[in-house]
Amino acid sequence: MAEFWTGYLLPLILILAKILLFVVPLLVAVAYVTYAERRIIGAMQMRIGPNVVGWFGLLQPFADAVKLLTKETVLPTGSSPVVFFLAPMVTFSLAMIAWAVIPVNEGWYIANINVGILYLFAVSSLGVYGIVMAGWASNSRYAFLGAMRSAAQMVSYEVSIGFVMISVLLTAGTLNLSEIVMAQKGLWFFIPHFPMFVIFFVSVLAETNRHPFDLPEAESELVAGFMTEYSSMAFALFFLGEYANMIMMSGVVTILFLGGWLAPFDIAILNAVPGIVWFALKISFCLFLMIWVRATFPRYRYDQLMRLGWKVFLPLSLIWLVATAGFLVYTGRVPV
Amino acid sequence: MIVASLAFYLFSFIAIVSALNVILQRNPVHSVLWLILTFFNAAGLFLLLGAEFLAMILVVVYVGAVAVLFLFVVMMLDINVAIIREGFMKYLPVGAFIGIVLLVELALVFGGWAMAPEAQSLRLAVTPDMAQVPNTEALGLIMYTQYVYVFQAAGLVLLVAMIGSIVLTMRRRPGVRKQDISTQVNRRKEDTVEIVKVPVGKGIA
Repeated sequence: MAEFWTGYLLPLILILAKILLFVVPLLVAVAYVTYAERRIIGAMQMRIGPNVVGWFGLLQPFADAVKLLTKETVLPTGSSPVVFFLAPMVTFSLAMIAWAVIPVNEGWYIANINVGILYLFAVSSLGVYGIVMAGWASNSRYAFLGAMRSAAQMVSYEVSIGFVMISVLLTAGTLNLSEIVMAQKGLWFFIPHFPMFVIFFVSVLAETNRHPFDLPEAESELVAGFMTEYSSMAFALFFLGEYANMIMMSGVVTILFLGGWLAPFDIAILNAVPGIVWFALKISFCLFLMIWVRATFPRYRYDQLMRLGWKVFLPLSLIWLVATAGFLVYTGRVPV
Repeated sequence: MIVASLAFYLFSFIAIVSALNVILQRNPVHSVLWLILTFFNAAGLFLLLGAEFLAMILVVVYVGAVAVLFLFVVMMLDINVAIIREGFMKYLPVGAFIGIVLLVELALVFGGWAMAPEAQSLRLAVTPDMAQVPNTEALGLIMYTQYVYVFQAAGLVLLVAMIGSIVLTMRRRPGVRKQDISTQVNRRKEDTVEIVKVPVGKGIA
């Protein structure tokens, strides 16, 4: 019995506590990203944004959540009920399970696996299922068109994301996320890999269906794309999933290029700040960039989006990958 | 250990049930979704074996890319399941016969399975010690040293298939208007705009 307690039950409780410690702040962060987006875009467009509910409108996300909870759940006729409700759950849980491997500070993670970066790549490549299932199960033309666009878009941009990741992995010499961060001590990878940093960031925008690549939900053409038929909690799950995905991909950018939890300079004062603060600051910077892009650029046309992915990003990232490998071998800097 | 075996039975049970559902579902889209679940459980079994790299690659390649294309195609098709079911009884004897032949062949192959002692020693010589190097590194060490020619040959086969599919689908369609961004950027005012002084009351012919 004692063995059962120390061998199984205690680790289980510890893991559950860790998961709670990740998920609760994450959900609060998701709520406040939506608020930040509305306030920042409001400021950029010389409007005010939500400022009525609570001090400076700080309770607005919770008011929205309560509103969505009390709405009626609608199931369209001719839809496929199981798939219809499975889709938002898939989207939301995929955005959550990616956090299992993300280290937010030295030794702060749920699982430290050897193939961490592959796990993240696998989870982000699954994101397309939530959207495709939603589009198909809704039995609606708008939703279906949105899903088709999204599937092609996400598959296209995954290719360049993969190549950029491989360039970084070659430089770091490991697939383990914590070791990738530690390999950036002294020089964050966004300096030597700056073109790849830009390509990765733009591909992340396409992968998360954010502006200017939000064609799957382009409201002027497709109403709300794959989300057209959703209401109430199902809609809220999609919404939460989209913003959680934004935070997750910002975390990946931070780990691969911005030095994870490391302080900007190796100075005692900066090093005294806890790593998680730096990590959060870097994620906030990436999120601000995403929101800034949304307020600045008009939407891409579909053929331009495909051209950018296949004819510009793919060759560029491939050439950069070969150049990185060649440079590392030629100068004898291959990490072992 | 008991957790590992419980996980094994869970993964294999779900894998078998979902594989059965792939062929039993009436709706082809549901079939593909069950197929995806099968892939996932196969990845889980790989993980239990300690083959973490293979598990992740299975999810990335099969679930993330191949099954997406399946789903894409199946959703676009207008398959009438009733018509497919019509021929079921007609083709059942032939199908069952082929199935039995395959089963017997497999049984014969596995029944007579023997390994040459030299092959065993060769294999042991190149496999890195799994206790010292991680799974991914071990795979790389074998593939890029001992089996590098075979690996490159497999790559060439894939390259041929890729070029073949591009050549097959590439065709010049007349009358399609396409955006050429470099032409747009390279256009100068002199090439496109002509400024004419129009005499009053005469216009230009």
